[in-house]
Amino acid sequence: MNGDGPLHRLRREGRIVVVGASLAGLRAAETLRDEGFAGSLTLIGDEPYEPYDRPPLSKQVLLGMADADRTALPRRRALDATWRLGVAATGLDMAARRVRLADGDEVPYDRLLIATGVRARPWPREAEAALDGVICLRSRGDGAALARRLAEGPRRVLVIGAGFTGSEIASACRERGVAVTVAERGAAPLVGALGGVVGAVAAELQRAHGVDLRCGVMVTALEGDASGRVRAAQLSDGSTVEADVVVVSLGAQRNTDWLAGSGLGAGPRGIACDAGCRAFDIRGIVTDDIFAAGDVARCPHPLFGYQFLSLEHWGNAVSQARIAAHNMISESTDRLPHLAVPAFWSSQFGVSIKSVGVPTLGTEIVVPQGSLDGGGFVGVYGYQGRVVGAVSFDHARWLPFYEEQIEKAAPFPPPFPTLDRRPDAQRPRDADFPDPSVPTHGPTVTLSGYSPADRRMTFTPAH
Amino acid sequence: MTQSLLHQILDPANRADPYPIYAELRKTPVHHEEDGPFVVSTYYEIRSLLHDPRISSDAHNLVSTGHDPLAEPAQEEQSELPPSFLRLDPPEHDRLRRMTNRHFGPPHSPHRVDGMRGELQGIVTGLIDGIGDPGRIDLVDQFSYPFPVTVICRLLGVPREDEARFHGWADAIAASLDPDPDADPAERGKGAPDARMQLGMYLAGLIEERRKNPGDDMLSELASAKGPDGTLTTMELLSTAALLLIAGHETTVNLVTNGMLTLLRNPDVLQRLRADPRLAVPIVEELLRFEPPVQLVPQRTPLADIEVHGVTIPKGSSLWLVLASGNRDPRRFENPDRFDPDRRDIQHLGLGSGIHSCFGAPLARLEAQFALSELARRLENPRLLEDPPPYRQNAVLRGPRHLSIACDGIRP
Ligand SMILES: Cc1cc2nc3c(=O)[nH]c(=O)nc-3n(C[C@H](O)[C@H](O)[C@H](O)COP(=O)(O)OP(=O)(O)OC[C@H]3O[C@@H](n4cnc5c(N)ncnc54)[C@H](O)[C@@H]3O)c2cc1C
Ligand code: HEM
Repeated sequence: MNGDGPLHRLRREGRIVVVGASLAGLRAAETLRDEGFAGSLTLIGDEPYEPYDRPPLSKQVLLGMADADRTALPRRRALDATWRLGVAATGLDMAARRVRLADGDEVPYDRLLIATGVRARPWPREAEAALDGVICLRSRGDGAALARRLAEGPRRVLVIGAGFTGSEIASACRERGVAVTVAERGAAPLVGALGGVVGAVAAELQRAHGVDLRCGVMVTALEGDASGRVRAAQLSDGSTVEADVVVVSLGAQRNTDWLAGSGLGAGPRGIACDAGCRAFDIRGIVTDDIFAAGDVARCPHPLFGYQFLSLEHWGNAVSQARIAAHNMISESTDRLPHLAVPAFWSSQFGVSIKSVGVPTLGTEIVVPQGSLDGGGFVGVYGYQGRVVGAVSFDHARWLPFYEEQIEKAAPFPPPFPTLDRRPDAQRPRDADFPDPSVPTHGPTVTLSGYSPADRRMTFTPAH
Repeated sequence: MTQSLLHQILDPANRADPYPIYAELRKTPVHHEEDGPFVVSTYYEIRSLLHDPRISSDAHNLVSTGHDPLAEPAQEEQSELPPSFLRLDPPEHDRLRRMTNRHFGPPHSPHRVDGMRGELQGIVTGLIDGIGDPGRIDLVDQFSYPFPVTVICRLLGVPREDEARFHGWADAIAASLDPDPDADPAERGKGAPDARMQLGMYLAGLIEERRKNPGDDMLSELASAKGPDGTLTTMELLSTAALLLIAGHETTVNLVTNGMLTLLRNPDVLQRLRADPRLAVPIVEELLRFEPPVQLVPQRTPLADIEVHGVTIPKGSSLWLVLASGNRDPRRFENPDRFDPDRRDIQHLGLGSGIHSCFGAPLARLEAQFALSELARRLENPRLLEDPPPYRQNAVLRGPRHLSIACDGIRP
């Protein structure tokens, strides 16, 4: 082998820049070093902290069981990297191969990884969003602020949006004995991610734990008192909810604004990349020096008809980061495709929820194990006669089996008997997902068509 | 004529080193002889069957045991107790396991096992103190055997003065799991039903007593607690208590004995453990891979015809999952026949996987860690007097019957 080809030079003395110093950025950097990259490595992050873990922010942190500033991600190895923390990337010059920073610096690269993730979608009316007590939850600071509010014993918390994060926050409130109202535009909690059949179970769970759950309503306005503290919310059904903390949990927006005008195929749906995590430019041509991973990326997946998938999943950020890093420093024939079957977990109201595959692709659901009426279950999603996703409530140990079924594109409904199959659950029924043209706040898996250059998307928050 | 692989697995002559047979077995991941059981020996196939909702652990789903030499009749035909959750399918399995775990592990009882550290240390210290002549130790009889029974007694809350009787019954039951092939078949395992009966009666009395005067032991809690699933009936509680005793006994004996044997065969590792007791954690994990006390689980059957590695296994057939072979599968583990506690990637099958994965795992690990690190620390210059040691007959719960060792002295 030629020891001095361009790839060898890159591996020995190249410059790799990672923008976004969180889960995907860190794991990618570690993989680069694991695989022998000896050149210079720079991590750029706009948050002033070293990489930390977000899932605890809506769970242990809100229960007071962990401190928001103690959630640093464990390091798998020494990195020998330059960290530019607390400074945002503001632009990209693809031709000159440079990243512009907010402080005016420019950082040159030979290979760039973009892992800028997502941010919480803010309350659309700025004056109302600025009221004291109105909070979004994405960062460590948000987690600490919300935990502090909950510890102060508010009279009532209003959570707007019952996706996974909103539901977990409501669960934490109840566990702390705090009164909570959840307002959800859809017919049930989690309906965007898991459909109406499972959503009904989630609704039952919330009500059984004392949540004042209002579905099919929108919050139309937030009201403050004279001192600028939030005190109430108006709902579309004409009712008013008095609350001194309002958590806005309307899903996420991709952090791609800094790439506007760069020529990269980046937009509100994320950064389109190929199965090897190489980013497309706006013409739909794949670049060879820019890669994307984590929540910000959208990748075609062979198991799901090569549609582009955007995943807001911890596990996806980790596996995609590894693949991207490997491919950044590999010969084209040694590159690997990102094939991992999506997987997600959540814990709320004492139940551990897990999903594999892409439930949102499913049109039908069966419950081959357990029961929707209590004691936990496995739900399997089907699309055009094959298995595409599965979800479990307290039955996670069975999921590896359904993951295999998804990988094999096994027939749906499953044609075989299973342990604990209830007589009333034999026939598939409509999984009852909301109309996809009306985006909900938090499906966490989004199928976004076939076009890499597709930058159209409209989202109308509650007005 | 060469013996069939199935006979080789069962042949006591191969007990000391069954691994070459397993290597042979893995050439056909699903091995089947005439009307015998379907024997699965490769890592990925075993793991996926352990997670397969078409596979039952309930003996009632066996159509015919054919010529399965390890087949047992359904449990209730053996004793008056209802089947324990080891031999039940969901939802019953899940309900009983959940109700039991409420008083054993997280989230409801996160401190039960951790709270036994002091107790475990005391038991280990007592047993090593009592060893006597360091020139001739039978580690099995003097240490490994009494250790787990005492632990289960303390876990359940058996009064100290009754522990000796408990040991007697446990020994009789364990002996029945390992029949002496030379004994008269009519006499074989004869003591066991008696022991089971007496143990059952004793526990029933203790439960009665604990219902009146509850302590903070597990049996008291199991007897009186009212959780979301209600309360265990006395019969359910009896079979659960018996399960904890039986599942946690012979297995732990073998883990500790196999552990010491393996350490004595790898003196460098023993030396490292002596210097750093924290090494007990990875050592025990690697032991569960390398010399797993439960070599195979013989109690599974498919609810429908299933296909595994191109072989159709008909509904109701008996299925053996050879965990110990999966643990040595070179497609899964690099250098599988090397004992290497520094392995980073160690998802072994030694404690099973899926819904029946070992309930007592956190306790089993802690027991073995305490036992091995204390033996390493206190025995001066230990050495094997017989290698390989004599093994029990049992091919499933495999381990030495005796482990003769000598050392120069016993450190305080
Ligand atoms: C409250 C909460 C709970 C969650 N719970 C779960 C769960 O239970 N299960 C699960 O699977 N997933 C969960 N997730 C999702 C999971 O945390 C994400 O999938 C994961 O964090 C994605 O990692 P990432 O590195 O791609 O993106 P992020 O973690 O979003 O990191 C992106 C980083 O880039 C920075 N950045 C953005 N723009 C710029 C710029 N221009 N310049 C420099 N830096 C920039 C951001 O500030 C951020 O630090 C949860 C998320 C949240 C917020
Ligand atoms: C030290 C070694 C141990 C080993 C190697 C071991 C191994 C195993 C294995 C392989 C299984 C799975 C059986 C199957 O799939 O059918 C199992 C189940 C079980 N073990 Fe253990 N075990 C050990 C110790 C213990 C202890 C100390 C206890 C009790 C305190 C215990 C209690 C159980 C129970 C109750 C089950 C049945 C679980 C179920 O069916 O859900 N085990 N064990």
